[in-house]
Amino acid sequence: MLDKSHDRPALALGFAPADAELKGGVRRGSLHEVYARPGHEVSAAGFAAGLALRLSEGKPLLWIGQSFATQEHGGLCPTGLFEFGLDPSKLILLAVAHAEDALRAAGDALTCGALGAVIIEVIGQPKILDLTASRRLVLACEKQGVPALLLRFGAAPQTSASETRWLVKAASSSFAGENWGQPVFDVSLVRNRSGRLGQWVFAWSCDDGRFAERKTPSGALVSAPPDRQAEAA
Amino acid sequence: MVAEKVQNALRLSAVDEVASRLRLHVGQPLANARAMVPELDVVPSSPHADAALLTQLAEWCDRFTPVVALDAPDGLILDIAGSAHLFGDEEALLARISDTLKASGLGVQAAIAGTALAARALARHRDGMIVCEGEERAAVSPLPVDALKLDPVTTHAFRRAGLKTIGQVASRKRSEIVSRFGAATHARIDEALGERETPISPRAPEPDYWKAKSFAEPVATQDVIQAALREIGAELCDLMVQEGAGARRLEATFFRADGALRRIAVEAGAPVRDAAMIERLFRERLASLADPLDPGFGFDLIRLAASRVERMEVQATSLDAKAREEAEINFLTDRLAARFGRDNVLKIYPQDTHVPERAFLLLPSQQAHHTKAQWRAIRVTREAPRRPLRLLARPEAIAVEEPLRLQWRRAWRTLRHWEGPERIAMEWWRLDEVQTPRDYYRAEDDEGHRYWIYHELAQPPQWFMQGVFA
Repeated sequence: MLDKSHDRPALALGFAPADAELKGGVRRGSLHEVYARPGHEVSAAGFAAGLALRLSEGKPLLWIGQSFATQEHGGLCPTGLFEFGLDPSKLILLAVAHAEDALRAAGDALTCGALGAVIIEVIGQPKILDLTASRRLVLACEKQGVPALLLRFGAAPQTSASETRWLVKAASSSFAGENWGQPVFDVSLVRNRSGRLGQWVFAWSCDDGRFAERKTPSGALVSAPPDRQAEAA
Repeated sequence: MVAEKVQNALRLSAVDEVASRLRLHVGQPLANARAMVPELDVVPSSPHADAALLTQLAEWCDRFTPVVALDAPDGLILDIAGSAHLFGDEEALLARISDTLKASGLGVQAAIAGTALAARALARHRDGMIVCEGEERAAVSPLPVDALKLDPVTTHAFRRAGLKTIGQVASRKRSEIVSRFGAATHARIDEALGERETPISPRAPEPDYWKAKSFAEPVATQDVIQAALREIGAELCDLMVQEGAGARRLEATFFRADGALRRIAVEAGAPVRDAAMIERLFRERLASLADPLDPGFGFDLIRLAASRVERMEVQATSLDAKAREEAEINFLTDRLAARFGRDNVLKIYPQDTHVPERAFLLLPSQQAHHTKAQWRAIRVTREAPRRPLRLLARPEAIAVEEPLRLQWRRAWRTLRHWEGPERIAMEWWRLDEVQTPRDYYRAEDDEGHRYWIYHELAQPPQWFMQGVFA
């Protein structure tokens, strides 16, 4: 498949080691997948929200979710999003019944060049979400340059045409000092069309709206110990 | 032959053709009629069934115009301004209505005139008459006074005074009529003569603008239906452009050749008057119908009506980028609302309250909402979020034990750190529910999950999980 996404400028995540492997960052006009490790759905949603913010260039976001997700994983909390650094006024929510509807809605929404990003939250492993469906999404993304973020709960990674694929779980924030409780993610980059894969632990800076090094109690910065990269592979 | 009880005596309330040839008439006592015709076939009257039939007929008449009024117990008034041409001309329209109803076994009398009352009088006394604008006086004058639909006392008084026809009544001086019978009576006479118009009260609110198209060959395929919607939409939009208006609600009515009809509506967050946009919204709506549009043997009439009309100025050709992006987003949310339902496309608004589950409002994107409330950060700069990323549908009961661990959804989690309490007073002045203040804590377990938990200020404390942080 012709890859046009590399004509677009890379948008830095803000966490240098990951940006280096991504050749500068993530790109609009392509598909990015975020898989939640079992039990880490909210963390994955937070990582996806951060990624969407980095990709959106300040434009509105459309978050497509399945109506029954609320029962299991709760609904997005606008005050929490605002604390996170995402302005809820810029968010449009769409509730659909099935993954099929979510894909159709995304296909339509990606034709709207005024959108910053489309987040598609899918639960489980619906058959309809196959390689062909992901190719269709990529084609739709390329037309207007709107990025799509496929947020998967309760699914094992599968073949797709995405540009990046991330496996996310929560990681401990620093326990002492004022910064405990900041969003920290343990992230594996398991597909990367720009470069090598990787595994890092990094934080989200709510003040700056970008990913950042995790702060430790002593104030020093740490990234993941190198041996964990082997564990993820 | 129908009889009903009037003033404790059974009287004839309707007679068919055979009966009237036998010189039976409405109002005659039943005993009297039986004496004349012993083998009389009598059915008790049923006003409810009559009313139901009239409503059903009114619904059917909707295909001729959206403005149909009931004239109980036995009449319908149709405002056919703007719709006669769809059926040829007024004569063809009148013939079509009468013939179709007669074919279904109903007795029908119909007439067309410039005012509702004139048409009503003529229908009852000059079946099939079409009176041109301005000729009502001549046509209506010879009709008896009871055609004025006045109360029985007034009608009787006119008769006693020797005024048997509308013409005779109209020949009296205005002052005489007004002083004896009141201004309202005089107004009715004017209306019957076509000199004054009172609006009718249609069953459904009259659309602000509407256009329709009839098909000699009924249309059934989706492509043709879409093309027709685009064509009618274009005419409707031209009309709205002339009037400087745009509509936020559009309703298409599909009339099937066999009399069935189906109404389908789409809405828009901002007024629209673009035929391509309207067609696209209907395409989304039609594709999403749980009960699909069934053309049967085809639709012979499609009508598009615009309502919730708002003022819409002629747009400058060069919109600034921001307005254009906003319009694009609006169009997208309208499409999504048409396909997935208006209540499933939501925007988020802040609310001025500390109660976590009330601090925001999710409203359909198409619903305008103005608020002075603003999003306010609770955390201070450099601090971690004080509100979770996701809120559970409802707080879930958890167990909390020393040493610090909690049980949620059957799994025990060891807490490494927690912080609190943040006391949130429930709004006691809301009388709908009695709530005690809550003490909230943020807690992180050894896997890095961050929870938002609370207990109410009661003994013993019952703990709840309300949300999870990123």
